[in-house]
Amino acid sequence: MPYEIHTAPGEEPEDVPTTSGGTTTWPMWEVFIRPRRGLAHGHAGSLHAPDAETALQHARDVYTRRREGVSVWVVPTDAVYASDPDDAEDLFEAIEKPYRHATYYEIPEEVGHM
Amino acid sequence: MTSHEERFQALIDSEEKIESTDWMPDGYRATLIRQIAQHAHSEVIGMQPEGNWITRAPSLDRKAILMAKVQDEAGHGLYLYSATETLGVTRDEVVELLHQGKHKYSSIFNYPTLSWADMGTIGWLVDGAAITNQVMLTRCSYGPYSRAMVRICKEESFHQRQGYEILLALCRGTDEQKAMAQDSVNRWWWPSLMMFGPHDSASTHSEQSMNWKIKRVSNDDLRQQFVDMTVPQADYLGLTLPDPDLQWNEERGHYDFGSIDWDEFWQVVKGNGPMNRERLSHKIKAWDDGAWVREAAAAHAAKQARKKEVA
Ligand SMILES: [Fe+2]
Ligand SMILES: [Fe+2]
Repeated sequence: MPYEIHTAPGEEPEDVPTTSGGTTTWPMWEVFIRPRRGLAHGHAGSLHAPDAETALQHARDVYTRRREGVSVWVVPTDAVYASDPDDAEDLFEAIEKPYRHATYYEIPEEVGHM
Repeated sequence: MTSHEERFQALIDSEEKIESTDWMPDGYRATLIRQIAQHAHSEVIGMQPEGNWITRAPSLDRKAILMAKVQDEAGHGLYLYSATETLGVTRDEVVELLHQGKHKYSSIFNYPTLSWADMGTIGWLVDGAAITNQVMLTRCSYGPYSRAMVRICKEESFHQRQGYEILLALCRGTDEQKAMAQDSVNRWWWPSLMMFGPHDSASTHSEQSMNWKIKRVSNDDLRQQFVDMTVPQADYLGLTLPDPDLQWNEERGHYDFGSIDWDEFWQVVKGNGPMNRERLSHKIKAWDDGAWVREAAAAHAAKQARKKEVA
């Protein structure tokens, strides 16, 4: 298949780096794009750039070649403080409170749309 | 199976995506790093055969279109390197492996682009084959890869259509132009079919990839899908495909086609294709030539940061 690369019979399989080495590369930035007025910025992807100004220019070139947005934010990846995936169950799944959803309540049909 | 493994496989079996922060088996991570990095390298090396024709495009319109396409391929490479980095390796590391010849890229880019018609054929057949594969990969179990594929597929349709349109123009042109189109299709047809990889029976890492839902459709099924889609498009152009065994099989509901020259396939994979050496040395040269730009950008960023501190 395209872009799945094959090892010929008898050939050494290819190297797979498994850990991050020490090469210093430009810092990473997360890119957020507002697709249209009235919509929130959404995460589009990430890129490398030496500074915020260049990150913004790269974001424009990489993620908005077809008017995908009217506004772009770039945020240093380091600045994102994320929830721990191991806590996901406790945080989001464990406490099920169905009465917080509109569908929990039965309203007679005669009342009409509510 | 550990509870981690069970939970991981359960997510995959229920068609949920795996995200970078989830636990995953080492083999899954290694397979993805290799596959996504090589996909990224392919996009980047893939700029060369077409970049070769930008200065010789027959009109300003065609030149602008070709530049936009080549720029898209650079973008595809970047989306994919980002996806690789979510797995815990840096872009520099995998690029270095490419430069050392330890990582491969798609063999299709080791064929030369000899005429303007090749710009049409590449868009139609090579991007066409890539689309067939990439549409499947939008359903891949790894979230960042699947999202990159969605973005890429949106852009690929322009690539294929502009290619087909180039061939349409040539086929409606003079006899010489039509002959140029035919010659080009004759050269690219078999390498395009080879893009789908070895027969399922000879494909080494397919089964595990299918279980992990990295790959969703087998090489031979994808190839058949591509042939079925493409033959009527060739008919419309009035071009023939260079395969005497190609014919509709009423019973199967598919086109039958001749056997692929696997010796040629493995020769090119091993590095003995017409352009292997040139593609890689050009890539390394471009990287080395760009060193001053990277240094200047870093120096500028450092200077701006110092100014901020002082202020
Ligand atoms: Fe691409
Ligand atoms: Fe493309």
